[in-house]
Amino acid sequence: MDRIPILKMGPFLLVTIQVDMHDRLALSLQDDLAERIASTEARGVLIDISSLEIVDSFIGRVLANIAAVSRVLDAQTVVVGMQPAVAITLVELGLSLPGVRTALNVERGMELLRAALESETLGSDGDASTAF
Amino acid sequence: MASPDSSILPAVVRDHQREILQQWIAEQSSGSNARSDLLSDAELRQQSSEFLQLFREAVQAGNLGNVMGTEWQGVRELLATVSKANAIRGFTPIDTATFVLSLKRPLFQQLTTDAGSDADLLARETWTVTTVLDSLALFTTEVFQRSREEVISRQQQELMELSTPVVKLWDGILAVPLIGTLDSARTQVVMESLLQRIVDTEAGIAIIDIAGVPTVDTLVAQHLIKTVAAARLMGAECIISGIRPQIAQTIVHLGVELVGAVTKATLADAILYALRQSGWSVSRGRS
Repeated sequence: MDRIPILKMGPFLLVTIQVDMHDRLALSLQDDLAERIASTEARGVLIDISSLEIVDSFIGRVLANIAAVSRVLDAQTVVVGMQPAVAITLVELGLSLPGVRTALNVERGMELLRAALESETLGSDGDASTAF
Repeated sequence: MASPDSSILPAVVRDHQREILQQWIAEQSSGSNARSDLLSDAELRQQSSEFLQLFREAVQAGNLGNVMGTEWQGVRELLATVSKANAIRGFTPIDTATFVLSLKRPLFQQLTTDAGSDADLLARETWTVTTVLDSLALFTTEVFQRSREEVISRQQQELMELSTPVVKLWDGILAVPLIGTLDSARTQVVMESLLQRIVDTEAGIAIIDIAGVPTVDTLVAQHLIKTVAAARLMGAECIISGIRPQIAQTIVHLGVELVGAVTKATLADAILYALRQSGWSVSRGRS
């Protein structure tokens, strides 16, 4: 069974979804990611979905779940590169992914994670940067 | 025999109204221009008899030379209604003019019968009827054209409302000035073009200016929230600006919360906020 590779980049984990997500793949990603966050003590997760063209309510829910799980494990999740059609679909499905931070591309997503990490290590209010 | 000045037309129309109507309807529904697909027989009959009744009254009142006179007010009004209805139903101007022009043959026949052997009288009467009916037919064409123009200008206005440009204000800052009512179809267009532009320009901030939206109800607010949520999913922040005081009150009264969006009263405030958010500072140079 194919798996989605999870790359470690410093204190962050990088996931690039390059294939069509089917339900089993999404679930295995959720499990793997939880494992990896725990084992690497990652502080942030960046999920690049710029190649993802089709989402359904299940995938949307898995994304939200991944974010929730990472938050519990003290890692921030940033979803980057969402396609317009995907965004519209998710909104129409009523899944606006409230706990998930978003960015336009990997670069911006990394900046976001770094800024969040910095503000945390500086001892300033970490919650303020956890936008809605 | 009638005197040269007096017309026998009023008498003819009065005495033979029923026959003329029958022939006229037959003429209309048998001709090559019959539009039974667009107009039912009952409607045609009603239109025709109404017209003939008014025509008779107008003819009786005299003033056959000028159909723009007050005597013809009723006839003109009826024709205007018919023409407008025809324009909307998809009749051609020919169809509409034929409605009046097809009255010629029944009238001429009746005049021929009544005029007997008096050729002069017949020629004169024919001329009178022709001028009157031609003027009326031209009148229908004019009204027809006017109604069509109204339709066109309305459509143009709707088109203009539909076109929603997404403008780039600054590096990474987009603006959508919304003008006109925001319905779901339009929201879809706005959302799609805005999101596409966010991808194309890698903009981090989008300003939605609703100064041109006449009313904001729960549905419109819902649409705005959807657009904001979709833009956020793409990683762009949304600012809603141009909220008029009445609209702000309406939003509060409706209990709507524009979740996830920064709201600003004017576009200027929004631009300033957007610039600051993306690290620019604005200051006045030497005046």
